[in-house]
Amino acid sequence: MSETVADTATPPRATARPRRGLRRQWPWLTVLAVALVIPWLFYDWTTGRHSGFIVAMLSQIGMMVIFALSYNMLMGQAGLLSFGHAVLFGLGAYCTAHVVTFSKAGGFPLPLELTPLAGGLGGLLSAIALGYFATKQRATAFAMITLGIGELITACALMFQTFFGGEGGVSTNRMTGHSLFGLGYSGSIQVYYLIVAWTAIAIALMLLLTRTPLGRMANACRDNFERAQFVGYDPRMVRFLQFALSGFFAGIAGALYTLTYEIVTFDTVAASMSANALLMTYIGGVGVFAGPVVGAVLIVLLQSWVSLLSNSWLVYAGVLFILMVTFAPGGLAGLVLMHAPIRRAGRLRRLAGPYLRLAVPSLLVVLGFVLAVELCSFLTIGAAQGKSLTVHGLTIDPHHATPWVVAALLLGPGGLWLRRAVRRFGAAWAAVSDEVKTAGGRP
Amino acid sequence: MTAPALRLTAVQKSFGPTAVIMGVSLDVAAGTRHAIIGPNGAGKTTLFNLISGRFPLTAGQIALHGRRIDGLAPHQITRLGLSRSFQVTSIFSRMSVLENIRCGLLWSRGYRYSFWHLLARERALNEAAERLLADVNLEARRDVPAGLLSYAEQRALEIGVTIAGGADTILLDEPTAGMSRSEADHAVALIRRITAGKTLVMVEHDMSVVFDLADVVTVLVYGQVIASGPPAEIRANRAVQHAYLGTPAETGVA
Repeated sequence: MSETVADTATPPRATARPRRGLRRQWPWLTVLAVALVIPWLFYDWTTGRHSGFIVAMLSQIGMMVIFALSYNMLMGQAGLLSFGHAVLFGLGAYCTAHVVTFSKAGGFPLPLELTPLAGGLGGLLSAIALGYFATKQRATAFAMITLGIGELITACALMFQTFFGGEGGVSTNRMTGHSLFGLGYSGSIQVYYLIVAWTAIAIALMLLLTRTPLGRMANACRDNFERAQFVGYDPRMVRFLQFALSGFFAGIAGALYTLTYEIVTFDTVAASMSANALLMTYIGGVGVFAGPVVGAVLIVLLQSWVSLLSNSWLVYAGVLFILMVTFAPGGLAGLVLMHAPIRRAGRLRRLAGPYLRLAVPSLLVVLGFVLAVELCSFLTIGAAQGKSLTVHGLTIDPHHATPWVVAALLLGPGGLWLRRAVRRFGAAWAAVSDEVKTAGGRP
Repeated sequence: MTAPALRLTAVQKSFGPTAVIMGVSLDVAAGTRHAIIGPNGAGKTTLFNLISGRFPLTAGQIALHGRRIDGLAPHQITRLGLSRSFQVTSIFSRMSVLENIRCGLLWSRGYRYSFWHLLARERALNEAAERLLADVNLEARRDVPAGLLSYAEQRALEIGVTIAGGADTILLDEPTAGMSRSEADHAVALIRRITAGKTLVMVEHDMSVVFDLADVVTVLVYGQVIASGPPAEIRANRAVQHAYLGTPAETGVA
């Protein structure tokens, strides 16, 4: 996506002509259009119903996009590794649940469209209270404190019944009867469009934040916190404010969670939710503003789609994470961005062949790996569930030797082939980028 | 007479049992260029770290224009109009050259921690950044990540970030270290130009730079000032010659 590099992006020159409005934002507008249209592609015209699965998945993508982007305000933009980001998400969700319930009970007529603000406020206040302690430190100490806070709040969620509702959580009813547009929000499709609207607002605000003095100084403190002091900034204050604002957006994401599921449990503040933020953000790419968006989409797809097909989706997510950290620390967005100079020089086509030669062994190894994982899983969990491994009507018996041999062949010789292909690809890549450099690929 | 730009009174610094600065008293008159020289390990950079608030003092006082600054945090001292550069280049490596300069400008222009100004729309700020970019001759490298600059360019950027905030007292730690002759000449011309009318304190090893730029030279040896005065006087000082030319065993305490 163009113009999405959070830290090194060059904003328009001071003397430049005024920007042509929204035209520069076409990638975002495309995504927005797609988000609006997708539910109708899966609309069942005979029964007049939306696909519940698709709408649920899209809704989850929306809230996770906000959640991951708010996480990247800390990780990518301020260099703060948090292990407790779910706390801000979850507290925003709980606050929203109480506000919605209060509103429905006739407390005050808060339109449902504005309840995410209550979540945002809850996240903001939580972040101010918790961030006061956490942001005194940076680097490892900060990470440790956030881990502690995450555990602390999870424990609190089970202890303090009145606010957190214990293990059962807090349930609410989004049909408060208060709406700006006279909507009832009985169906999930209405909630989905509300999520789209809030996701668009949150993305726009977070993108603009990266272009403010605070956003820039967060980058500066990430790069060199000591130097930031010697240009007059207190890095602790920068961290604190960035943390608080990040909490606001995490809280909005939490509010959308509440509106979607109408129940909030301690899972929303727990460590696995925090890990989710880290996973989405890192796989998507921390160095690019849009990176976490990509990561959130991918992880939710894995979660909801692959989990339908397989018990082992977490294994795949974990392996993907390890592969990304090892081979592509810039995440998916970083991988895409690496091609930018080559594309600008018009030599992208030169890489098509090498990519194809890399794709074949990669595919074999992936197939082998998936087969091995599924065979294992069907020996244990699958057997317990009484399922059998079926691919295109072909039943594979994990107690038979043949599938295991196939998996071994795919992984063993396939792996060796892949290793050679990777080396060849590396050479081809180096050759092309050398050409680009010597040819003066820079504009 | 007005207070000196910088006054150090019996400043001491120890790291554990090791005394590094042993009672330094020094006045830097406003508007002068002051060089601090001395052999390696004399405590020159430590002195800078004390003045700029990077390390706390063990004893003594430091005043900026008559106002005590010892005990303040680095960002507080910076806001009072004292700015420093680093011997080992210290810039925001993943940000562009222009962004680096702009970060140096932000506080002094009153943006504080604003998250409601869009930088691209702040014309005065951006024009000032472009001017400064031209001052340090980095216009051609405007959009390059600072970490990718050549060494001399990074040194120039370091100076640019240091002066950006409009501080009237500037501490430069070996601004020409590691530069070739022509690069150093260039840097000296740059420093002369941008520090006109300001107070400059610099640590420098290159004697030609020192005698070219400085109005006053202070010689620091083993944490103590052994001489301070105009360049010609320092050049003729026997103790200084001793410190630089004598054997280490003899130079214990002058």
